[in-house]
Formats: sequence, C-alpha cells, structure tokens
Amino acid sequence: MNIFLILSCLNSLRQLQCSVPKATMFFHISAGIFMTGGMCAPVIPLSLAKNTRGLRSQLKDSVPVTGMGPQVGAYGVQDTLRSGFSSVKNELLPSHALELSEKNFQLNQDKMNFSNLRNIQGLHAPLKLQMEYRAARQIQRLPFLQSSHLALDTLKGNDESISFEDILNDPAQSEMMGEPHIMVEYKLGMM
Amino acid sequence: MALSNVVETPASGFNFENVSRNVALEGLLEGGHTKAPKPMKTGTTIAGVVCKDGVVLGADTRATSGEVVADKMCAKIHYISPNMYCCGAGTAADTEKTTDLLSSNLTIFSMNSGRNPRVVMAVNILQDMLFRYRGQIGASLILGGVDCTGNHLYTVGPYGSIDNVPYLAMGSGDLAALGILEDRFKPNMELEEAKELVRDAIHSGIMSDLGSGNNIDICVITKQGVDYIRPYQESEYKDKRQRRYKYRPGTTSILTEKIVPLELEVVQETVQRMDTA
Repeated sequence: MNIFLILSCLNSLRQLQCSVPKATMFFHISAGIFMTGGMCAPVIPLSLAKNTRGLRSQLKDSVPVTGMGPQVGAYGVQDTLRSGFSSVKNELLPSHALELSEKNFQLNQDKMNFSNLRNIQGLHAPLKLQMEYRAARQIQRLPFLQSSHLALDTLKGNDESISFEDILNDPAQSEMMGEPHIMVEYKLGMM
Repeated sequence: MALSNVVETPASGFNFENVSRNVALEGLLEGGHTKAPKPMKTGTTIAGVVCKDGVVLGADTRATSGEVVADKMCAKIHYISPNMYCCGAGTAADTEKTTDLLSSNLTIFSMNSGRNPRVVMAVNILQDMLFRYRGQIGASLILGGVDCTGNHLYTVGPYGSIDNVPYLAMGSGDLAALGILEDRFKPNMELEEAKELVRDAIHSGIMSDLGSGNNIDICVITKQGVDYIRPYQESEYKDKRQRRYKYRPGTTSILTEKIVPLELEVVQETVQRMDTA
C-alpha cells in the first residue's frame, strides 16, 4: 500500500484515461494492446480525464457486481427458493448512495493503481504483482472456515492499517453460518 | 445452526441491508406522532490558533441531540498522537470513531518506521477516508500539531476538503468565533496571548450560538509537550444540584437517652459437633 500511496501522489496530476476495464486484461497480450510504458489510449484532455475515470467506476455496467443483478439459478431463471421473490426495483437501484461504491471500492483502487504502475514502469510491474496476489489468494482454508489471509494482507499492506473493514462486521463473529457442503459447492462452481 | 441460503461469508465493513427498512420505518413514523431519534451532534464552537511556540486548540463542551443538551462535559479535543490533537465538530460518534481510527493508524506507522508522524500525513489519511465515504461521515475536524517541520493547523471538511491556515474556527458557532479571531489575530503571538484569544473566540461562540455552551477546554501543543486544560473556564451557569442527599451523623441533636436492658434466660441448650476431617 505504501508503493501505491507514493505512486498515486505522483500521478495525481496525470490522470490518464487508460482503457483497461478488467484486471485480467493484463494477461491477454495481443499485438494491438501490448505496449511498454507508453500511453495506452488516445490522449484525453486533463479536464475530462479527471472526471471520466471516477464516473466510469460508478456505472454498474463497467464492473460486474455479484449480488446486484438478477439472481440466476441453475437453469437461467430466478432461483426463488434460495434468493426469494424478485423485484425489479430492488435489483436496479442500490438503496444507499454508498452501497455500489463501497462494494467496488477495493476493485477500483486496484485498477487505478495498476494502471498507474503500468504507465510508469511498464507492463511487467502490474503483471508480477498480480501473479503474486493470485498465488497468495489461494492460500486459504475451505470456504466455511475462517482463513487468516496473512500473505494477501501483507502483500496489499492491510497488515499496517486499520479501517472500517477490520472493525465492522467481522466475519469471525458473524451470526450466520453457512452449510459447509453448499458453500464448498458454490465455491467450486457446482451450483 | 447452519443456514442453507448462505453461500458466501458476509463481507466485512459497512452493511447496507437495513437502509430500505429504515426508509420504510421513516415513512411509518412520520405519519404517526413519534419521530425517529436524532444522532447526537456536537453543535459546537471549535477554534485553533498557531502561535510562536506551538498550536493552541479550544472547544466548548456541549453535545446536543435535537433540542436537548445530551452531554454537558463532552470532550471534543481528541488525542491523535503525542504531538497532535484534533477538535471535532459534527456528529459526535463520527468524529470520535474517525479520530480513533486515525490515531491507531498513526501509532502503527510510528511503530513501523520509528518516527513521529507529521501533521500532513494525518491530514492526508483523514482526507482519503472522508472522501471515500462522500460526506456520509459527518465530521468537520480541526487538526493541530507540532512536528519537525513546524507548527501546523489544518481543517478537514466532511467531504474531504482541507485548508491550511494560521487560525480557524469550525462548528455551528464558527462565525462568531471567526469574528474575534479575525479582529485580534497577529502572526507569531505569545502563548498566553494566544490562549486568551482562543478563549475569547470560544466564549463569543458560546454566547451567540445555541448549540455551544457550558465549559471551555483548551489544549496547548508545543515542542516540549502537550498541556490539555480541561476545563480552562467553567461556565457561570453551573447548576447547583447536590447529588448527595445523605445527612451527616449528628445533624439531629439528641435530647434524652433511656436504656432498657433485655433480660434473657437460657431455656434449652443443644450442642451439635462438627465433623472436621
């Protein structure tokens, strides 16, 4: 997180509109997209670039959000037994001003930091970091148990800071417990 | 009991499940005669002044909840680090939790790096945190501190705006306090003069604003250390409740004394031995 703080300070004046909508795009190295440290999109004037990046992350279409869209079950229909009756209004609008922005916050921060890093140091920097994140994310227990995520926290710098994620809604003290078999099946994509 | 409809562990952090319930409740309550409870705000006067040797912060001590004074001795000057203190105006819980989080983060940082945190670092952390929540956290803060680069006074608004000025006032009584500060502030004042100036500014805020009142707290931060004077001045309108209503022994004088001994006679005696093993 320290690196990102310094970088985001350095780049606060150069808000380039980088067309990297998904983090996984880094792994698709095609001839047209691959560049080493240069601009990766047509240059947009600074005044527009400042706002468009922020707005983009607010739109629902830009980031796939789990739990916000219609709940499709196994056969492509709404799974009434598991997720209750559907209502168009509930699915379209997040009820609180911050709900959508908080759900995507970590994702958006990471995207912004990775694109900054890519512009400064080249493609290898975010590529290596994301490889490490992926490896660290796999070190965990089964889904219904508490995993410490120690390696992932150290990489991201969460071990050196306290925020509302550490105080509120601690998963270790959650009142609801999931049924172990169902949780594992969901994780493996069998449901 | 394991629930079958829970497929993922709930995410930590803020939980927005109750928002639609609250909106529905609000509709019900407004129609009837009851009102939803208001959060405790510190309708406040807080002020800060940079002087020659350090920074002087001042605050009143009243916390209101709607039209009722909820706390007469509220502590509005919060500890951030040994060289930084922060006055908070706005929703009382928000200012306390925000300053607590900031203080914890700075403690971790100073343990990691072995350095005293700078005021700009605290201000940047606050700004990031408050902007992330788009003003939903209602905390207007005045942060003052002394570090290796000098004496600093910053204000952070609820949406994350910051300002670095030599004298400041925030809260509902800020206009009255700013009038006094604008009139009598001079750069590089002496410490005693600065303390008097801050006291007068808070006093004018208390006199002109309903949301500020009771006592005045002053916090003086210098290179040598911190002097947290609580209260610096007590209000003249203290209530005279006794709180202890017991009478001292000897309050009522004894006029006569008559002793009648009871004569008892042993009728029956039984002895039961205990088993001590």
